[in-house]
Amino acid sequence: MLRIITPVMRVIEIPMLALQRLLGINRLAWVFLAPNLILFGLFAFLPVILNIFYATTGSDNVLLSDRPYVGARNFVTLTDCGNYLDANSCREDKFWRAVWNTLWFVTLQVGFMVGFALLTALILNRDIRARGFFRSVFFFPVLLSPVVVALIWKWILQREGVLNAFLDWTGVGGVNWLVQADWAFGWSVFISVWAHMGFYTLILLAGLQAIPRDVYEAAIMDRASAWRTFRRITLPLLAPTMLVVLVLALIKGVQTFDEIYAFTGGGPGTATTFIIQYIYEEGFAGAPRLFGLAAAASLLVAGVLVVLTLIQLWVNRRNVNG
Amino acid sequence: MKKTILTSTALAAGLAVSAGAASAQEIRFMCYSDGNECAVYDDLLTRFEEQNEGVDVVVDEVPYQAIVENLPVQLAAGTGPDIAKITDTGGLNEYYLDLAPHVDTGYWDEAFGETLNWYRVGDRDGYYGMHSQLTITGPFVNATLFEQAGVEMPGAGATWEDWAAAATKVAEATDADFPMAIDRSGHRVAGPAVSYGAKLVEDGTGTFEGFGPFAEAFVGWNEDGTMARDVWASQGGATYADAAQEFINGEVVFYYSGSWQVGRMDEQVGDFFDWKVVGSPCGPAGPCSGMPGGAGIVGFEQTEHPEIVAKVIDFLAQEDIYAEAAARTRNLPAHLGVAQTGVEFEGATPAAQAALTAFAADLPNVAPEAFAYQGYSGNRAMYGITVERLSQAIVGELSVEEALARMNDDLEAAMSEAQ
Repeated sequence: MLRIITPVMRVIEIPMLALQRLLGINRLAWVFLAPNLILFGLFAFLPVILNIFYATTGSDNVLLSDRPYVGARNFVTLTDCGNYLDANSCREDKFWRAVWNTLWFVTLQVGFMVGFALLTALILNRDIRARGFFRSVFFFPVLLSPVVVALIWKWILQREGVLNAFLDWTGVGGVNWLVQADWAFGWSVFISVWAHMGFYTLILLAGLQAIPRDVYEAAIMDRASAWRTFRRITLPLLAPTMLVVLVLALIKGVQTFDEIYAFTGGGPGTATTFIIQYIYEEGFAGAPRLFGLAAAASLLVAGVLVVLTLIQLWVNRRNVNG
Repeated sequence: MKKTILTSTALAAGLAVSAGAASAQEIRFMCYSDGNECAVYDDLLTRFEEQNEGVDVVVDEVPYQAIVENLPVQLAAGTGPDIAKITDTGGLNEYYLDLAPHVDTGYWDEAFGETLNWYRVGDRDGYYGMHSQLTITGPFVNATLFEQAGVEMPGAGATWEDWAAAATKVAEATDADFPMAIDRSGHRVAGPAVSYGAKLVEDGTGTFEGFGPFAEAFVGWNEDGTMARDVWASQGGATYADAAQEFINGEVVFYYSGSWQVGRMDEQVGDFFDWKVVGSPCGPAGPCSGMPGGAGIVGFEQTEHPEIVAKVIDFLAQEDIYAEAAARTRNLPAHLGVAQTGVEFEGATPAAQAALTAFAADLPNVAPEAFAYQGYSGNRAMYGITVERLSQAIVGELSVEEALARMNDDLEAAMSEAQ
């Protein structure tokens, strides 16, 4: 292998040395960074710039050259509200319904998900029978495509679905789950927790396994109760992992779209319409295509995600610095 | 010597390729199918290719979603096909190729009459589209349930209220889940809304004036269980949903959809029960109107071969070819000559033939407002607004008054953005 690599390296070495002589050793770093920078610029930075252009221009034309500059009009349209707590008082009521739905959804989903993921991780960390099997079972939904998740639960929950058939059989009587706003929202939270919990369970499990055994042994010797051990040892030592899980789950929660869109389409009414669906519908599914409004809304969401990411970075840095 | 042979071979090959490229005029036809339309057009266009040597018409069959979502973007970017089968007849007008210089406009006027206007917007009033399949909305009725319930089916001239009362009686007597259902679509409720007094288009501009009475009635029917609430309430946004499966399962007594469902009913209901198509019910405003619609074939200005594109569309517009296509695809003809002669739909059962005939017979009852709405370039925006806001009223997020106010605001915003 070395016999092949060495001559190749010698061939590469010649132009690289020439380049180093030409640019100097410090500037040469840019040459190595260039491919990544170009890709990042093309696929991350440029779209953000384009998004800003779309957010500050109007009309339903897709070509920027055909779009008149409208300044902050799209942002004003989105934020023009009599009372931010009452979507009906807002000019763009659908946006605020989506914002409030997303906030409720994220609060419930992240709360339940982190709670259940922790509980599951604690159980799976114990010496139970068929532990490997159960770890796979809890992780399995993570492997499913969001559309598959949505279709499975739609079949279960639709008017003539599996759950209602079972409820009819037991004599309880079925419920039209997807037509009632509260039920549809509740099931959306449940499905989202079910589909993603395995991923966070895995992270928390790794965090639990990283806690030194001798700390627990010392607790046993001190005759500490299980609850006290959990509160005073497990939770504090797991806190850095918990924070990472929390921030990741928050970001993912704000971005929720595909599985709920396939599950309820955002309905009934706008009961399960979240912010990303609003952006998609305004910009791509509706007529006329309100690219400007969609771009402005996506910039606002991006702002929220940046804040959440900064929190994550700050938390990470604090952990590293002890 | 070897070098010479190689050079001459390469030269000959190059010449052959360039000559081929010069003679082959490829026309890309972006097509979607409700049934077998694209396959039938592909077959018919083989005859065109035989008559026009050097022309290759490639039929690219795509999902309907691609026609609705991708085609407008492609056209805006200048990368669209030469020809397409579309449903947004007025909305894409700015991209249409005017066929007038290449076709016999007298024949087109005579053959397609008023449907030509669906493709025209403002000053752009040329000859753009051949309406290839005419559709009309209307009710499918489960005749077996009526018979079992011993309820007499309302006759010609019956109102929506009459049908609602009769269907409710039938559902109660037979334990059917829903008396009535209407597809979740702004197009589908347009006919009934016109019958209740909605104007929809006034002086060439969209309006929801007069939509209130229908909105009140429709939301009320969804609240009191007359209408299958699942169809409109179990979805969000402007997502389309139909109740065809519920009707096929025998769960709906009266199902308001359209002529394009005949094939599906024919195949899937079979001997399960007797079904029939009746004319659109009348409303308090007078008309007993369904909503026309369908699809048409258009060429685009950005094509490199305008003359051939016009020739291809004109070929499909000829009476014999059009009649064959209508018969093989089981679509109602928009070609007046073909419609007058009548179409023997290929492979259609007596029930399907009767249903298509009933739909065709209802065409003269289409109100002028509904006819104008089909050709209005902003109708897609209005369809979406109708679905979103009526759904919100049905699930209780908005009152009917609030929903109507929002519909007007949304329309105003959409129109100003679409200028």
